[in-house]
Amino acid sequence: MAKENAFSLKFDTDWQYAPAPESSDHVEIKARYDLFIGGKFVQPNSKKYFNSINPATEAVVCEIAEANEKDVDAAVNAARKAFPAWTKIGGKERGKYLFRIARLIQERAREFSVIESIDGGKPIRESRDIDIPLAAAHFFYYAGWADKLEYAFPNRKVEPLGVAGQIIPWNFPLLMAAWKIAPALACGNCVVLKPAETTSVTAMKLAELIKDAGLPDGVVNIVTGAGKTGAAIVNHKDVNKIAFTGSTQVGKSIQKSIAGTGKKTTLELGGKAANIIFEDAPIDQAVEGVINGIFFNQGHVCCAGSRLFVQESVKDEVIQKLKIRLETLILGDPMDKNTDIGAINSKEQLKTITDYIKLGEQEGFEKFQANVAIPKKGYFCAPTLFLDVAQSSRLAQEEIFGPVLAIQTFRTVDEAIEKANNTPYGLSAGVWTDKGSKAFNMAAQLKAGVIWANTFNKFDPTSPFGGFKESGFGREGGMHGLAAYLKIG
Amino acid sequence: MDFTKSPKIDQVGLVERAARFKTRSIKKDAKIQGLKMALSMIDLTTLEGKDTEGKVKQLCYKAMHPDDSLDVPTVAAICVYPNYVAIAKKTLGASGVKVASVATAFPSGNSNLTVKLEDVKIAVDAGADEIDMVISRGKFHQGEYQFVYDEIATIKEACGTSRLKVILETGELGAADNVRRASDIAIHAGADFIKTSTGKISPAATMPVTLLMLEAIKDHYLKTGKMVGMKPAGGISDSKTALQFLVMLRETLGNDWLTNEWFRFGASRLTNDILLQLKKQATGIYQSGDYFSKD
Repeated sequence: MAKENAFSLKFDTDWQYAPAPESSDHVEIKARYDLFIGGKFVQPNSKKYFNSINPATEAVVCEIAEANEKDVDAAVNAARKAFPAWTKIGGKERGKYLFRIARLIQERAREFSVIESIDGGKPIRESRDIDIPLAAAHFFYYAGWADKLEYAFPNRKVEPLGVAGQIIPWNFPLLMAAWKIAPALACGNCVVLKPAETTSVTAMKLAELIKDAGLPDGVVNIVTGAGKTGAAIVNHKDVNKIAFTGSTQVGKSIQKSIAGTGKKTTLELGGKAANIIFEDAPIDQAVEGVINGIFFNQGHVCCAGSRLFVQESVKDEVIQKLKIRLETLILGDPMDKNTDIGAINSKEQLKTITDYIKLGEQEGFEKFQANVAIPKKGYFCAPTLFLDVAQSSRLAQEEIFGPVLAIQTFRTVDEAIEKANNTPYGLSAGVWTDKGSKAFNMAAQLKAGVIWANTFNKFDPTSPFGGFKESGFGREGGMHGLAAYLKIG
Repeated sequence: MDFTKSPKIDQVGLVERAARFKTRSIKKDAKIQGLKMALSMIDLTTLEGKDTEGKVKQLCYKAMHPDDSLDVPTVAAICVYPNYVAIAKKTLGASGVKVASVATAFPSGNSNLTVKLEDVKIAVDAGADEIDMVISRGKFHQGEYQFVYDEIATIKEACGTSRLKVILETGELGAADNVRRASDIAIHAGADFIKTSTGKISPAATMPVTLLMLEAIKDHYLKTGKMVGMKPAGGISDSKTALQFLVMLRETLGNDWLTNEWFRFGASRLTNDILLQLKKQATGIYQSGDYFSKD
């Protein structure tokens, strides 16, 4: 086995990239955002507002309304009122509205990207190249299905469910809104959407865009707030469907709340994905895939490849190359076009991640962190590797939701499968091998909703996404995503 | 050495990684510094049937004085056929600009070793500082890797103190796996530089193919501590692309390779575009092409 040796590359170069900040001059963020109910922006019954923080600067971005039960009730009623007409206009007309929303998102892509990075801390490169284009793509995709539902389910009678309550997380704010709203509307439902409390701004911007698109009042309602607001949606009598993306803990409590109510549910919850590198893998591409698998969006990705399994014969090479690659990641201002790793979404999340890093240190696993300067202000966390993590450690078992990779080794295919499946989660997995038969064998045996071969974190509206086991149930995206919003007779 | 065991390359991942370098935004001082570095790495090339002493002399002057109105370095080298090495050497004098000569039945390489060695000898005797050889692609495709290796090793010996650049002609090798294998063969056989293309075949120096050759260099360095140079040649004609290549170099091999001792651009049109951009940075205005010498 080749040992790691003393030759190293120097990335502290004489040629430094000058700052290249994306301008935010063209963006208008209001001082305060109200609730979007029945096609109007209305003040919350609670009269309360809370601050949305820019996690990279800790500055207040704006105030966001806190919706209480009465507000949620008003939103559900508005949706219920809009439902008959929205169903009746038919798929072709609904499709036109969805196409219009998709085009408007494309037209305002730059504005949405900038706001997403200001409000959420993700690098502008990602919001510009991934989040916003994918959000538009989801609307385009489901716009196409709106008048073809009967072909999706041949010889079956399909009907919309009614009012869908949708609760989305803070990691991909606009994209998750698109994932939820587009199929619901295409199928003829009306929605009440609640964005996460730390990232509501692009959802409210989307509300403005929906108004501009001329969507009938009440078809989409957006209420902001924290867990209590979400609970009010979940527990509302007149909601027919709950679609939730977020933590497994909250997912479980939602299931308890709605047990016996007949509400239809899809839950997209946590994950602890295994990225598995075999000795016959294309190593340089695998290393790049592992880096993107865990450090994409600061690791705030439910399907992040947070566990790495390396075959022992190539362990030294893989780890050496991971360390080298870590040296060239640029951490800092999310608005800089060269930033690879932006800010952690909130102070609370930074604490969670830091606690896990401390745990790893206490448990004595070898830690390697990129040699990056952490900005004095804002919530930042250096990309972190833990080597030779034990399967019995919490580091290998629990979802950290941050830029922390737990590295383990294996010897045989069977061992890789057993260890990869040895988790309560089952959202995604990655397999790296040059051998096609091995990739297919792994895909058949890994218990995960999405399995990537020789790539990772690839998303497309045509592809269904969802979990096994405690990662949830129901599928979003693709034709399967329609089924979650239809009664199929 | 069993070159059939060269590392495998995933083409999709390779292309994706190469594209990522293009998202780096190089502005202001970083841009000026990068452009000057790119200029200093150019092998100003003329490899045509209609080359003459006059043309070569013109090019040598340009190499030494890219633009006297700007504070810019000379290019790295002049790259010519063997019969123009002597005149280039004489014209360049003590300017520090190197003379590179293609050899070994360039560009096809379809000749026997005796002829190839003689070709190299003529160039070296005329004073070539660097020899740009081509590998035998036919033999490579026939799986005769040892033949390819031996040929490179023999020519390396014939080069004496002249540095050897080995042209793989990646546009004729097909799969990425083949490019990696050819890179490994060249590196192990003693290449001082590996080079993508002759400039006579398209595609030439793409970013993905250059990246995978840089990774072959990286692997060799990490195992042995020996540096090998890289020369993408053909198809790089504008400043923006050149900067993207330098970004890729910087983030793949690091600081030690950011010099014309270890990295070259084989190009002819690139020089004027860099000068145009540098003049824009200095004056704030894009100048007409007529202000730059067409050589």
